[in-house]
Amino acid sequence: MAEHYSSFDRSGTRWLLQRLTAAFLVVVLAFHFFLLHFVNHAADVTFAGTSARMSTWTYFSLMVLFLLTATFHGVNGVYNTLVKRDGVDGWKQTAITAVLVVASLIMVVQGLRTALVWTNLF
Amino acid sequence: MSQSYDRGTVEDFGRWRSFTAGMWAWIFHKFTGWVLIGYLFTHIAVLSTALAGETAYENTIVGLEGLAIVRLLEVGLLAVAVFHILNGVRLLFIDLGKGLEAQEESFYASLVLTGAITVASVPTFISGVF
Repeated sequence: MAEHYSSFDRSGTRWLLQRLTAAFLVVVLAFHFFLLHFVNHAADVTFAGTSARMSTWTYFSLMVLFLLTATFHGVNGVYNTLVKRDGVDGWKQTAITAVLVVASLIMVVQGLRTALVWTNLF
Repeated sequence: MSQSYDRGTVEDFGRWRSFTAGMWAWIFHKFTGWVLIGYLFTHIAVLSTALAGETAYENTIVGLEGLAIVRLLEVGLLAVAVFHILNGVRLLFIDLGKGLEAQEESFYASLVLTGAITVASVPTFISGVF
């Protein structure tokens, strides 16, 4: 029985990027939850309040990085589970990869479009 | 005389009674990961209502937050996120070669801490909705 369970081949670039984004997300996800549920309450959200936060370079850049890293980390995890661990190959691998890439692009573009509505930095 | 037997793979859920802590940690990490990536897509979709204007954004968020089921789902989301974070930290340490000998204890600690943080957060999440 294995001493260590992981879906990843512990030598590739995707494995390393998964760990680097994890280290970033551990901090930022906890911060995001704490700020938007415990400091401010989601029920009291206003467009003006969100806009004020997103109009500072620190918060704006943090949220954009959050979007990019969370998308990569999540989709890379799904890809690894579906393709690498389950040994999918051929047209199925191509189809899964294409769907995940397109879904990631849509989410990032939609997230950036939304971020730009809130900010007055540009 | 040594004795060995096949305890099956982690994906063989029919043998869940013989799963070790490491196998449960792997399953919980996968499950919470699927929930979080699913939520991320939903989260971006909800926030995108800002593209339709200030009123649409505020009405959507305030409307959702006014539903008790949404508040309860948020508590569940917190539990999922906290476990994924704590178990993720545990995995990062194990990948660095630290704590492999205590991986069962650290998994149980992740579960207990997740439970404690989740229970402690309930009053904050449900305030004003019941």
